Amino acid sequence: MNDRDFLLLMLAMGAVTYLPRMIPLVILSQRKLPVWFAEWLELIPPAILSALIAPTLFAHSTPRVFTLGKIELLAALPTLLCAYKTRSLAGTVIIGMVCYWGLGLVM
Amino acid sequence: MRQNIRQGLAAAWPICLGYFPIGLSLGVLAQKGGLAPWQMAVMSILVFAGGSQFIAVAMLGAGASPVAIVSTVFMVNLRHLLMSSALSVHFPNASRRILALFAYGITDESFAVNLTRFNQGGWSQYSALTLNHAANTTWIVSTVIGVYVGQLVPPGAAGVDYALTGMFICLLIYQLRGPIFTITALIAAVGSVLAYLWLPGNAYVIISSCLAATVALILKRTMRERGEQA
Repeated sequence: MNDRDFLLLMLAMGAVTYLPRMIPLVILSQRKLPVWFAEWLELIPPAILSALIAPTLFAHSTPRVFTLGKIELLAALPTLLCAYKTRSLAGTVIIGMVCYWGLGLVM
Repeated sequence: MRQNIRQGLAAAWPICLGYFPIGLSLGVLAQKGGLAPWQMAVMSILVFAGGSQFIAVAMLGAGASPVAIVSTVFMVNLRHLLMSSALSVHFPNASRRILALFAYGITDESFAVNLTRFNQGGWSQYSALTLNHAANTTWIVSTVIGVYVGQLVPPGAAGVDYALTGMFICLLIYQLRGPIFTITALIAAVGSVLAYLWLPGNAYVIISSCLAATVALILKRTMRERGEQA
């Protein structure tokens, strides 16, 4: 990707992140979103995060094949537990990295 | 005015402290993905959305198409629509310039702190603006420092490749605030693995998350109706 394409991509990313932050503030200052839409939006963050993680844990990338044997999946178990118990972002990231690194040495 | 700014800074420091290591790790990952310091700075200034930037860096590294990256980033940040709507009631007489400036700094963290402080009272628009921009500046600086730090870290060192997955796992856990959220996440996980195996490219994220949210919403509404009739 050359510099011009990179800048165009960043401008497009900037627009799609800025507009959802700005438009409701400027336009909807008194009106409310339809309830069903607000409820749908509320479910989007867990859905997206889960959709992003799952293939990393359960599938090889080239070629795309289902598997239950990836180090990523094994390391995810203590990482999940740590996130659930401590609710600490930094702690969870460190535990995940250490487990992934350790399992990589053993396996 | 000076008092308002001081108040904003005093409330911002925990957010800044939290952003710094995350910004650093984003910078390290971006460097591994081939981004230069100026590219990291441009991205943090124009985009300023932690989760989206992690995803964008990962997708850039995997050679995803610009359309896939922009649409994923858009979907990931759609939640700010809700936050911006919730905050809008606290800016009744603000000028468009103030609103435009404030909107730029809305993140999950600044939203949570600002909303709490507005509800407690004695929180001015200028304090909120100061808080947003203090957090924002910390973010930009830490991501760029991260790119320089990344040049010193060998690839694959100490499981750094897993930092991204670890962060997403923790952010996901934060989101599971009730059974319906867990159900949504499970549907999305199954859907995304299937879509990943069957469809080319990165469409799996958007398709499975929209599907999961829609199915879970229908489920939630059906259960609520049954509950009311019973």
